[in-house]
Amino acid sequence: MASEGYSPRELMVSAAAAEIEDGDTAFVGMRLPLIAFQVAVSTHAPDSMAVYESGVVRDSPANGFIHTMCDLPNLNHAVSTTGMMSIMSRLQRGDIDVGFLGGAEIDRYGNLNTTWVQSGDDEIRLPGSGGACDIACMAGRTVLLMPHEPRRFTEEVHYVTSPGHSHTGGRRKNHPAPGGGPSALVTSKATFGFDADGELYLRSVHPGISAEEVLVDFPWEMNTAEDIGKGTVMTTPEPTDEELKLIRTFDPDGFWTQS
Amino acid sequence: MVDQTTTTLEEAVSRIKPGSSVAIGLALEHAIPFAAGHELLRQGTDDLTLIGPISDLLFDQLIGGDTVSRIRAAWVGNVSAGTGYRFREAIEEGEIEIEDHSNFSIALALQAGALGVPYLPTRSLLGSDIFERSDLFQKEIDPFSEEELALVPSIEPDWTIVHAQRASPDGNVHLWGNTGILDPAVGAAENILVTAEEIVDPEVITADPSRVAITSEQVTAVVECPFGAHPSPLAGHYNRDNNYYLTYHQQTKTQDAFDKWAAEWVYGVSDRAEYINRVDADLSITEPTVATEVRYGQ
Repeated sequence: MASEGYSPRELMVSAAAAEIEDGDTAFVGMRLPLIAFQVAVSTHAPDSMAVYESGVVRDSPANGFIHTMCDLPNLNHAVSTTGMMSIMSRLQRGDIDVGFLGGAEIDRYGNLNTTWVQSGDDEIRLPGSGGACDIACMAGRTVLLMPHEPRRFTEEVHYVTSPGHSHTGGRRKNHPAPGGGPSALVTSKATFGFDADGELYLRSVHPGISAEEVLVDFPWEMNTAEDIGKGTVMTTPEPTDEELKLIRTFDPDGFWTQS
Repeated sequence: MVDQTTTTLEEAVSRIKPGSSVAIGLALEHAIPFAAGHELLRQGTDDLTLIGPISDLLFDQLIGGDTVSRIRAAWVGNVSAGTGYRFREAIEEGEIEIEDHSNFSIALALQAGALGVPYLPTRSLLGSDIFERSDLFQKEIDPFSEEELALVPSIEPDWTIVHAQRASPDGNVHLWGNTGILDPAVGAAENILVTAEEIVDPEVITADPSRVAITSEQVTAVVECPFGAHPSPLAGHYNRDNNYYLTYHQQTKTQDAFDKWAAEWVYGVSDRAEYINRVDADLSITEPTVATEVRYGQ
């Protein structure tokens, strides 16, 4: 646990939860978003709804810790436990406001790779897309979550599992998929937005982190909020006491949010 | 129509011939037919094509046991721990073929099979390397709107394997909880093997038709198989055994390590009853699993 009294992942959960607006229908995937939705619906977004590609639809926190979207506490008192065609149909119709995605690699336009990465001379095989490509193509907006590790930030991803914004500039200009593309990236050191050209910029740094030490981790010259006329680089709000209490209720052993 | 009476797991799985395509693990992390998968390993049914969405561990085990030559799936790994080492090594070494899908494209492929049409269109995939680096999918202009769409060709598995809560001896199946892509996979398959926690009187099934997910004329074989989805959870019966997933991750980083793991958990047991005795975890839940009769106004 960090000296400030919370772990980096607890801050990431809090920052991810803040990206869910009240009334949103959120497409919730694996790991930290499982906790982030539960925090959001318990605090500022009581009228939000979560859909999971397994078929589960719920509007309240699960009544026990969940390793996966299919753990029985996530089915218990769900609104519905339908199948994937129902969930993906809603996504394709444009009914999902926000989706969450992770990745092994990201480039400056928010393209994500979870399939093949290059490590020296070797290609390393990762598990693949799951529903990530579908969410990236068709959700109203996507929020990306990644550990802050320089090797994950690259000029061009080795494999585009989940399309971000256009390489040629423009937010989804000339992009055949109907979704709005990435709106935010949350790492363990900072949060980022995407500018009018669909390019990443530094939005806020987490407490105790400087903008310089974040920017140096990227292989391209990254803009800041200041550079593009969106105010100054702020400090990411710390998780509130209420949020920390909720996170530790939903993840009592710190399986997802400690370490 | 094939013999639909209940049979043993060993006999039912022996009907799945080497070289078959098998859809399995269709409800994502829920109700994965691990018992049937382990019987495939014991019988050494090889040259299989596995079809599925997110595959939580069972694909990795079937690859480790050298029964697989091709994968058609969206995600293969260990949801609790990330990597499935047997999958990763087999792909990196070029030992098995992979056809990368998204969850929706595998769902649509099976839905097309279930509908009896050659393909279905989607707004997903375009702009991804799942599309660009594959010769499976086609880009087409919709003749009505002139928008670009991706066409996903149908998949019709030789076998779909389902683990369910209960079935009647003749193969009507009660199944509840989330279903993932189970419905399209059942509709698209040539043969269906159902393993069920309980075989019950037909009256238990007909008491609540809204829980019937598969009907007898669709089913090839039915097997009573308590604990057949362990370590995955089964609504109404048991929780996820998460420690099993974490331990598997630790113990299967090399092929030798996997072989040792499998010698204990797969080849070292003759059937599911013996397997259950090795599981040392409290996965109990308190939900009653009885069917409450639905009266439909009578």
